[in-house]
Amino acid sequence: MREIFETTIERILVDHVTPALFRECAAGAWPDALWTTLEDAEVTCAAVPELFGGSGASWEDTFTLIRAAGAHAVPAPFADTLLANWLMARAGVAPAKRPAAIAALSQLTDSNGQYSGRLEKIPWGRDLKRIVAVAAEPARLVVLDTASAVSIERGCNLAGEPRDTVTFDRARPVAVAPLPDDATHAFLLLCGAMIRSAQMAGALQSILQMTTAYATERVQFGKPIGHFQVIQQQIAVLAEHTACSLIAAEAAFAESTADIAALPIMAAKICVGEAASIGASTAHAVHGAIGFTDEHTLHLKTRRLWAWRAEYGSQAYWSQRLGRAVCESGARALWPTLTQTATLIPIPAAREIHT
Amino acid sequence: MMPLLHYSRIPPEAEDLRQEIRAFLSDALIDLPAVRRADSWMGFDAEFSRRLGERGWIGMTLPKRYGGREASAFARYVVSEELLAAGAPVSAHWIADRQSAPMLLRYGTEAQRQHFLPGICRGESYFCIGMSEPGSGSDLASISTRARRGPNGWVLNGRKVWTTNAHRSHFMITLARTQDKTTERHGGMSQFIVDLKRPGISVRPIRDLTGDEHFNEVLFENVELAEEDLVGAEGEGWSQVTAELAYERSGPERILSCMALVNTLLERVGKSPDALQACELGRVTARLFALRNMSIAVTAQLQAGENPAVAAACVKDLGVTLEQEIPEIAQAIDATEPSSGGSDHAKVLAHLTQLSPSFSLRGGTREILRGIIARSLELR
Repeated sequence: MREIFETTIERILVDHVTPALFRECAAGAWPDALWTTLEDAEVTCAAVPELFGGSGASWEDTFTLIRAAGAHAVPAPFADTLLANWLMARAGVAPAKRPAAIAALSQLTDSNGQYSGRLEKIPWGRDLKRIVAVAAEPARLVVLDTASAVSIERGCNLAGEPRDTVTFDRARPVAVAPLPDDATHAFLLLCGAMIRSAQMAGALQSILQMTTAYATERVQFGKPIGHFQVIQQQIAVLAEHTACSLIAAEAAFAESTADIAALPIMAAKICVGEAASIGASTAHAVHGAIGFTDEHTLHLKTRRLWAWRAEYGSQAYWSQRLGRAVCESGARALWPTLTQTATLIPIPAAREIHT
Repeated sequence: MMPLLHYSRIPPEAEDLRQEIRAFLSDALIDLPAVRRADSWMGFDAEFSRRLGERGWIGMTLPKRYGGREASAFARYVVSEELLAAGAPVSAHWIADRQSAPMLLRYGTEAQRQHFLPGICRGESYFCIGMSEPGSGSDLASISTRARRGPNGWVLNGRKVWTTNAHRSHFMITLARTQDKTTERHGGMSQFIVDLKRPGISVRPIRDLTGDEHFNEVLFENVELAEEDLVGAEGEGWSQVTAELAYERSGPERILSCMALVNTLLERVGKSPDALQACELGRVTARLFALRNMSIAVTAQLQAGENPAVAAACVKDLGVTLEQEIPEIAQAIDATEPSSGGSDHAKVLAHLTQLSPSFSLRGGTREILRGIIARSLELR
């Protein structure tokens, strides 16, 4: 399955995700041809069980699709839809055609089976068909149709990707499904962190490739700058962090096949986030002034890295949560935890994420 | 382009060993003080090595006919990381188990295998690695230790330095020149298995800045070697050494050297960390977790018979970066003064703060590792 995904997605994204498409999307267009192609290739439902019309792929296999989405900086909520569709199937509904995303930062309130809430930072909220959100006591997943929203306020993240505020007032849900009681806040946040980790790992692969190519072409002092040891060593560190990020993100997906695996996801979001800051810094340093221009494509990846590392919990957020859990569990539990022969004491959110 | 690593799980049959070794270690190391656990794979205890050998935990991947148990690289990984995480004194047999035995299995003659491997597996035969010389550190290809043809085989002259455990080992796998320097930079070198009891060898321990004696200077003065002391093919020393270094660079010992300190630091911080302490301890945990997965992915490459040299360089550079940061983090989040006379935590902190510079020197400096990675990216 993985090899098929890999060739399919690569072919689609190479064909469709062009500089022209980025210009159109920056001007507010929706990438219709790209989206239709992705849906026709059935990759938006890759993780959805066959019972609900999907491919029934494991997260381990789906990883490659989301990594590729990050590597190409797909200007559409492809990764978000893959995740939301999987969650919808979990809630017992077949995914709709059209994009979907999760609402991880806010909870809905329930009044007699009708749901209300101001859902912030929803990827491409303006273009979505459905949103998967959570409600508490008892913890449950709630699938909402954006047609029932009372307002959609436009916004964007620092990379210019749409992040809208979608407000519902006593909306009737498409579906509701129970969640484990302790999962309300963390569950969707972990799901989102997993997805962004893979996108970032892909973006790191891409900037490693761009930076290596540029260092080979760009001549100064009579030779390609990549011949200077100081440049080689910096790019080598970028390559190390890229390799580590790929493994960390892949582990998060592979371990989440049965259910969302908190430790691998937290570790991935923390490590890939650190790699993103080192990687973007190195890529820009090697590219020089040309890489700082709007015209050059480097910022399509680096600005997303800066945006994504903060979404669904920054390094600081997850490091603190993980650190508190590790301290609470004590020194004796650390090694069994790292080798996954024991699990950490779950720690409730240290603080809400500030938006 | 650099080879891609894929996430791999330790298979269940290897994972099954974990509880057995854990139970053994919790009993065997019950009285080992924290500061001795901090020695990690520099702690020497011949009796302990012999006990591991008795249980079949040394030379695990070797064929049974040489005393091994034909276990997978993953099984060896599980045992190795459990030993390191517990701070077991494994130094006596460590190098023999990690690289000399696989090297002899791959390049040695049948007679060499039969002669050397069973002793390694029993935890009774210790090896050291003669690579660096006074004039050849990172530039290993510039070595000048010379083996010339002699009446009974070879005659060895030269000087090795920074040789870990030479003063306590039985044998040294020595890289020597068998031809004068040629135009081919990596040509003309061969490996020999040198019995350190032979006449003409003098070993002088070199005290390190922590006051310990782990590494040595070794002088060879007309040391007579037999024909059968040559390991592998004459002139192929460089490629053999390069293959061997992948074993040396990818293992859990490049991640876990400061586990003793992480443990005492967690105890010192207690159950209610402040924000900075929680943040830093969370980061350390995340990186340990991710790097371990990376190291296991390299083990999968080894198991599949692939050459993991580049991936191993990545693991070692990232791993020792973390190892070296841990004492700094400990000082940044807690005010304990490192001291050889204080609490367990103070002692471990003092020891590892001083030991940590060696982490990015032993087994290849960070510059050499990054050079290997840059070459794989075709930048050089």
